[in-house]
Amino acid sequence: MPTLDTVFGVHANALKLREQRMAVLASNIANASTPGYKARDIDFSSALKLAENGQSADGAMRYRTPLQPTLDGNTVELAIEQTAFAENALAYRSSLSFLQGRISTLSRALKGE
Amino acid sequence: MAEKLSIFDISGRAMAAQLVRMNTSASNIANAGTVSGSESKAFRAMKPVFQTIVGEAGRATVEVTRIDTSTATPVKRNDPNHPLADEDGNVWEAAVDSTAEMIEMLEISRQYQNNVQVLATAKGLISETLRLGQ
Repeated sequence: MPTLDTVFGVHANALKLREQRMAVLASNIANASTPGYKARDIDFSSALKLAENGQSADGAMRYRTPLQPTLDGNTVELAIEQTAFAENALAYRSSLSFLQGRISTLSRALKGE
Repeated sequence: MAEKLSIFDISGRAMAAQLVRMNTSASNIANAGTVSGSESKAFRAMKPVFQTIVGEAGRATVEVTRIDTSTATPVKRNDPNHPLADEDGNVWEAAVDSTAEMIEMLEISRQYQNNVQVLATAKGLISETLRLGQ
């Protein structure tokens, strides 16, 4: 008997993690000019492994290594953060469309169309 | 104590902080070139101090803790014909580097735009998620 977890597969966890990663990347962009701020990111594949075992994404949090360290100790590099944010938003959208497909399949089966 | 921060808190508060920075920069530019009759009365550039507000699960936003006055000294100029000149004929020009302030403005506006973009993307994704299954 398939449960909702098996029906939606990895995408239920993926969507939650993508949302968390989006907040972390938004924090980096928000702190682009705060002296001493250390940029962070979630290592997505290890976060997904942790989520499958029911653990939080905190264990997959990493500090970013800057390409060019700045004098004020801030490690946010806007170009990197913006590309990561765009990539993450796209991955969120693809998880959404996978879920959408699964839901419409199910509802079509339920309606017997 | 770690706060619960949503993406809207993160970007919204960062935009508010950048706006404070934009206002101080605008004041500095507005007062560039003003002169005064004594060194203590001369205008000195203002700079906001940014600090991270740490939230839960790697989230963070930013706030302005205080606004500092620049330590740059006003430029003394000898101009005996100036109506504000003291008995030695000196006036003091505001300690504002207008080129640096203009560049600061460019940076502020870019970072403000970045936060707006983050907010717009997050808003779009959330409303798409709300329409899921419809």
